[in-house]
Amino acid sequence: MILPWLILIPFVGGLLCWFTERFDKNLPRWIALISVSLLLLLSLWLWATGNYQLAPTPSTGIAWTLEFKQPWIERFGISVHLALDGLSMLMIVLTGLLGVLSVFCSWKEIQHRVGFFHLNLLWILGGVVGVFLAIDLFLFFFFWEMMLVPMYFLIALWGHSGSAGNSRISAATKFFIFTQASGLIMLLSILGLVFVNYQATGVLTFDYATLLKAKLPEGVDYVLMLGFFVAFAVKMPVVPVHSWLPDAHTQAPTAGSVDLAGILLKTAAYGLMRFAIPLFPEASAEFAPIAMTLALIGVFYGAFVAFAQTDMKRLIAYSSVSHMGFVLIGIYSGNIQALQGAVVLMVAHGLSASALFILSGQLYERLHTRDMREMGGLWARLPWLPAISLFFAAASLGLPGTGNFVGEFLVLMGTFATAPWVIVIGTFGLVVGSVYSLIMIHRAYFGPARSEEPLPGLNCRELSMVLLLAVLLILLGVYPQPVLDASAATMNGVQQWLGIALNQLVR
Amino acid sequence: MQLTLSHFVALLPLLVVGATAIAVMLGIAWRRCHQLSFIISTVGLNLALLSIIPALNAAPTAVTPLLQVDNFSLFYTALILVSTLACLTLTHAYMGKTEQAGFPGNREELYLLMLLSATGGIVLVSTQHLAGLFIGLELMSVPLYGMVGYAFFNRHSLEAAIKYMVLSATGSAFLLFGMALLYGETGSLVFSVIGQNAVTDLTRMGIGLMLVGLAFKLSLVPFHLWTPDVYQGAPAPVGAFLATASKVGVFAVLVRLLELSPATAEGWLNTLLTLIAIASILVGNLLALLQNNLKRLLSYSSIAHFGYLLVALIASNGMGMEAISVYLTAYVLTSLGAFGVVTLVSTPFKERDADALYDYRGLFWRRPYLTAVLTVMMLSLAGIPLTAGFIGKFYILATGVDAKLWWLMGAMVLGSAIGVFYYLRVMITLFLREPGMHHHDAPTGWGQQAGGIMLMLVAALTLILGLYPQPLLDLVQHTGLAGL
Repeated sequence: MILPWLILIPFVGGLLCWFTERFDKNLPRWIALISVSLLLLLSLWLWATGNYQLAPTPSTGIAWTLEFKQPWIERFGISVHLALDGLSMLMIVLTGLLGVLSVFCSWKEIQHRVGFFHLNLLWILGGVVGVFLAIDLFLFFFFWEMMLVPMYFLIALWGHSGSAGNSRISAATKFFIFTQASGLIMLLSILGLVFVNYQATGVLTFDYATLLKAKLPEGVDYVLMLGFFVAFAVKMPVVPVHSWLPDAHTQAPTAGSVDLAGILLKTAAYGLMRFAIPLFPEASAEFAPIAMTLALIGVFYGAFVAFAQTDMKRLIAYSSVSHMGFVLIGIYSGNIQALQGAVVLMVAHGLSASALFILSGQLYERLHTRDMREMGGLWARLPWLPAISLFFAAASLGLPGTGNFVGEFLVLMGTFATAPWVIVIGTFGLVVGSVYSLIMIHRAYFGPARSEEPLPGLNCRELSMVLLLAVLLILLGVYPQPVLDASAATMNGVQQWLGIALNQLVR
Repeated sequence: MQLTLSHFVALLPLLVVGATAIAVMLGIAWRRCHQLSFIISTVGLNLALLSIIPALNAAPTAVTPLLQVDNFSLFYTALILVSTLACLTLTHAYMGKTEQAGFPGNREELYLLMLLSATGGIVLVSTQHLAGLFIGLELMSVPLYGMVGYAFFNRHSLEAAIKYMVLSATGSAFLLFGMALLYGETGSLVFSVIGQNAVTDLTRMGIGLMLVGLAFKLSLVPFHLWTPDVYQGAPAPVGAFLATASKVGVFAVLVRLLELSPATAEGWLNTLLTLIAIASILVGNLLALLQNNLKRLLSYSSIAHFGYLLVALIASNGMGMEAISVYLTAYVLTSLGAFGVVTLVSTPFKERDADALYDYRGLFWRRPYLTAVLTVMMLSLAGIPLTAGFIGKFYILATGVDAKLWWLMGAMVLGSAIGVFYYLRVMITLFLREPGMHHHDAPTGWGQQAGGIMLMLVAALTLILGLYPQPLLDLVQHTGLAGL
């Protein structure tokens, strides 16, 4: 019974925030904080108590740590079917953590329509938790589409007004249309899968476990897999369909960027591992070389374009494209180490990208610009912040001792066994990564100062947020075993599905 | 044929609405009273809704060769009655309290016209005979000319009425010619007999011409040109009626004709309908992008929505009929909500309805609940989860995938993506704040008025159906056509 509460807490909390706005401006903030803290605590408790040896695999069948099922739309065999395993638990912990941080980092930034803002913020989190828990394909799509609306409002109403012709509203609309259209293609694929299964077995169902067993004709599975891949590729984002991301990131308020980079991008990787590969293993194996090529293009394209940016948030946004490329390589490698590395990298990128967005938000509150040409020499004018930024930039370039290093290392090492050339090329991506990370630090914090006037330092709230992230990132880098243990069973399943299909392909 | 009591029971909804129309007419002749006319009409419509329950027990039954009362017709009768009721409530609010602060002319006849038009709609959804089709269609359309031009002292309203009348008459002429050809070739006017023996070129031509006539009324591309002007010129509650009750009636009769008549089973008709559907989806959505007037935008979006509905009709498998019912229900609710907000923002009647998009800038700051309703409606029109519109769209997509209509599915995805753009534009306009905003208020305390309560109900229903559609789906599974 705990699973529906994980979804309901943010939704109910959001409504409460909206209704209590009229009484006091600060009340919604506290309610939001309490709700997300509750979410975080619940998920941590689940981590501590659950048995994460249980996960769906082709050899042992479908098993879950926790499961909840309630009939919903009987006409189509749709039920509210939620389930938790190691991977979804990790993602929910990340959601809870970044949720707390996004409430904190909007504490001063958001000053009007506070209740409505927190309604949207919490509903995004609720939708994301729903995506991570749903194993009914209709329900999954339901949450997948639903979280777009609050995100749209978040960017369109509280975003930063950009340059002419690139306003926050157009950025939000672009985000919405990209994801909505690709989502509909996924819906068509889901329906195709369901009806193929219906014609073969006479059972109309959207249930994950049943559809895993569906026999798909040759060729049909490839088309259906592509439908899923398109939706996830847009959200991830993979390079030809990434163009919504920098705009959305740049115009979004800090909390929006944190949620986008930290959690929303992860839903795509999660979707690939949970749905696209297990449902269509043969087609995914056939598609793996194309996916890896796209990922490589993403790694380099993201890195080069990031290097050319003058806007700090845009730079971080493009760096996300580059990092998610490594995640994509790991997912399609069909190797257990690489898959584990992809999970660690997802968590680490969630932490480091969020931290960088929070820092650039804090910088924006002090300088009222994100343009790095206007910065320079900040190291002397501002205590703490530049040093912490340097740490996260180093983490982002994959410095040993941080979680990003563990993730990237595992991905590279694991994939080398199956696709050596991809790794030989991909490793150079790390070099380019260090170039854009360091150039960001150099442009913003070193060089000649614009003025000598010192800027107000970080207060306790701001400092504790980023320090917490830094500590977690180092912990993940030094002792990643808990995370690896939690996701092991799930990744084992994904590896078996894809690995068997890849082996068949080679023969 | 002998008419027995059970026939009358089956006809009860139609009879009650007809009687109500006569009562309102006599009431007006005796003494003009706005309040009284409104009360009589509302009570009559509610009685008619109640009378559906006994009628269900009598169904399915053929009352005269013209009418067939079955679950299908009763479901759509209910839909028409509910939307007429909602439009009446909106009209009452729209007219205003006094002549100085409200509608300056005679108010009572609008109720009469609306009731007559609803009667025509009920005939239309129950007919299985070409004569019945024509009677129903004209009984529905002719009062609409008067309703569209009800504010005849306003140039736009008058222009819209004349435009609608001329084009509608043209459509009817096509329809009649088609019927004549069908009769000449098959010697019968009953749907299920047409084309029973051999389908000749003349039958095909007859069906084609009839399709043109019906497509005029449904404003499908390329017969859609009248729609935006008429929607814009008509008083807002009339627009709501035009978008809901009248469309439901025509679509229901189109469904019955295509499902029953053997002459329509051939492939060429599906190809033709597919072309019309794709054109409607694309043209409707693309032209809606360019609009700065909410009523015009809604009219173009309705063109696109009827394109989506055609998809289910083309699929015409078992699920298709359900999909049509679900989608039409969702569409009626959503259109009522959207036009309802336009009406209440334009209330009481002024020279010009508040229909330009800039009238809605920052509405959130003045009318938060009204804004919430319109936001839900826009999301529902765009087919976003948690709303009834999503369930409808999902149903149609499921039908299309089941029938393997890939071209139409492609058009739907494309159309939806374009559609999101302008729905979002309306939605965000509501929340934008501008200094020195153009002030255009709905009267305070609108929530207490009947129209406001009705709108809240519609919005709540849209959300409930989006979250828990099972009751509706159970219902529509029993709304099949009799004799199929």
